[in-house]
Amino acid sequence: MPAPDGGLDLEPAATLAPGGAPAATREPVDAATGAATPTGGRWSRQGRLGWFGVLAIAWLAFVTLAAVLAPVLPLDDPNENVAAIVNQGPGTDGHLLGGDALGRDLLSRMVWGGRASLLLGVASVSLGMVVGGLLGLVAGYHRGRVDTVVAGAFDVLLSFPQLILAVTLVTVFASGQGVSSTRRMVVLILALGLVSVPVLGRIARANALAWSQREFVTAARAVGARDRSIMFGEVLPNVLPAMFSIALLGIAVVIVVEGGLSLLGVGVQLPTPSWGNVLAEGRSELRQAPHIVMVPTVVIFLTVLSLNYLGDVVRARFDVRESAL
Amino acid sequence: MSKGRRHVHTSADDFPTAGGGGPLLEVDDLETRFHTPRGVVRAVDGVSFRLERGRTLGLVGESGCGKSVLSRSIMGLLPSYAERRGEITFAGERLDLLGEDALREYWGARIAMVFQDPMTSLNPVMRIGQQIAEPLEIHTDLTREQIRETVLALLRSVHIPEPERRLRQYPHELSGGMRQRVVIAIALSCGPQLLFADEPTTALDVTVQAQILDLLQEQQAEREMAVVLVSHDLGVVAGRTHDIAVMYAGQIVEMAPTRTLFSEVRMPYTEALLRSVPRVENPKHTRLAVIGGRPPDLVDPPPGCRFAPRCPYAQERCRVEAPPLVEADTPGHWYRCWYPVGTDEGREALERNLAANVPQAAAAVTGDLSVEAS
Repeated sequence: MPAPDGGLDLEPAATLAPGGAPAATREPVDAATGAATPTGGRWSRQGRLGWFGVLAIAWLAFVTLAAVLAPVLPLDDPNENVAAIVNQGPGTDGHLLGGDALGRDLLSRMVWGGRASLLLGVASVSLGMVVGGLLGLVAGYHRGRVDTVVAGAFDVLLSFPQLILAVTLVTVFASGQGVSSTRRMVVLILALGLVSVPVLGRIARANALAWSQREFVTAARAVGARDRSIMFGEVLPNVLPAMFSIALLGIAVVIVVEGGLSLLGVGVQLPTPSWGNVLAEGRSELRQAPHIVMVPTVVIFLTVLSLNYLGDVVRARFDVRESAL
Repeated sequence: MSKGRRHVHTSADDFPTAGGGGPLLEVDDLETRFHTPRGVVRAVDGVSFRLERGRTLGLVGESGCGKSVLSRSIMGLLPSYAERRGEITFAGERLDLLGEDALREYWGARIAMVFQDPMTSLNPVMRIGQQIAEPLEIHTDLTREQIRETVLALLRSVHIPEPERRLRQYPHELSGGMRQRVVIAIALSCGPQLLFADEPTTALDVTVQAQILDLLQEQQAEREMAVVLVSHDLGVVAGRTHDIAVMYAGQIVEMAPTRTLFSEVRMPYTEALLRSVPRVENPKHTRLAVIGGRPPDLVDPPPGCRFAPRCPYAQERCRVEAPPLVEADTPGHWYRCWYPVGTDEGREALERNLAANVPQAAAAVTGDLSVEAS
């Protein structure tokens, strides 16, 4: 499946066809990930968390908690300029992660930046999940004309280079002088949500299509269940695990994409920090103060790795239940 | 396809008939076609029969002969690319004239279905209790507590041990036989008058098959349901049905009260099916009798009798002229053949074919010899 551009490349992970060959889809995952650990065995096999999974959850919990509790944590003001720590490395003068080019505390900017980045990731993917999921479910269940229209719309949306689509939307609706950072945030959520609609929608459609042909759907009809209750009661619960695992990957992708948008100047509005715009700002000081780039890079890296890993765990779990039947 | 009205008159000699009034189910000249890229598949082609209350009709035939499609056609559970014609009367109501909304009042409540494979007919992510409760929630006004009690009673009546624990379990935690019991409990939940059992034991171990069939029979007697038991196995339907209809290539080719069918076979296809049932008393390494060839392509069936290409009795006439469904000497026994088994015409036809070295005929006779040798 060719990705339209480097922006939102979620497709390769989307091989979650039920019924077909669950074993075949699970095998390569196990082989690939299993080979990555010398200790073998526990790495996401059969959907077990393993020590790495526990670490991943711990990291995500830590980051989320810090972001949520940012206002009450004993942190420096993320926008306060302290001359003493301009471009100073980690550990200087009680500033754990050092300061950036304007003398702002990097730890504080990371914590506050997590608020923006995580909010953007969760909100836009949730939007994509609800809208895409609903459209995909209806299309996959009813097939026929509804499906042609919805699947066509997804294809049209996917055929836009997605990063450019997002940049365009933000530029048109939330740029220029005097745009509040709230407005920028809302537009970013809507833009990235729109971009994730066809990606998640196609997963929902493909799974709904396969699950709707199952005998238990006919069986539900045969006891007199209505279409809506079959869609939401019978088909949706089977489609959700696949969507959920892709959604976790989606949050990771959105966090990375926000970094890309920041480089182009259309990410989260400064001075509000986000992981992406701290990284983008640090670019110009790369020679003198590489830590300004390194800190957000490591944070993004760990977060994305955790999300991807957990997405795989969810998927493996889902496959196991499928093959046990 | 105008064959006029032809019915099985279910003669109730040694089985008590429950309820009065007209027949519970009357199917008249039912046709089901599927529009596929290859052409129009006539899966069911002019089927008529009648089923009284509390009785069991066995529907037998090879894979792909249309028996499952027939039961789904009667219920109205067909995919959108299917086209159905003919009259279906259930308890005096014309089901074929009803839309899906009206049919929903019947589905699960008055007409229910047991599906072939309990692996796929149960939802893997829904608890057993919820799945059995679903039809009750749809069709009755019972309270949650009453539904729970009913579900437990149903689980007990299909002999599932520890019913309280099962309520909270998922299908994959149960064995195949247990799952099929759950499927039966779902079908029985609203006390249907008519039950379609679509190969209910095909996906199960042989040892479990008998238990499930006994359960169905027991429940039928208790509830006075009419049952249509679909199977490819004559052994399954032999002891458990009042009447049997044998299907071939979308048509009923022979239909009779069960005893009559086994004692007075008329249609060569039924005879061939009977011959291919393995017998315990045969000596070891007896070759299994098979019916050579394959069922015809339903997109383009042969012009005459559809069984003619495989039939040991087939004559020139069979290949050009389709035989109608005619009644035998025994009332209620119908068959579709020009040279029926057990008649002079049939014997002469077979002899002619043997003399001419027709391969099917030779095979049929060697099959017979192996049986007699035991």
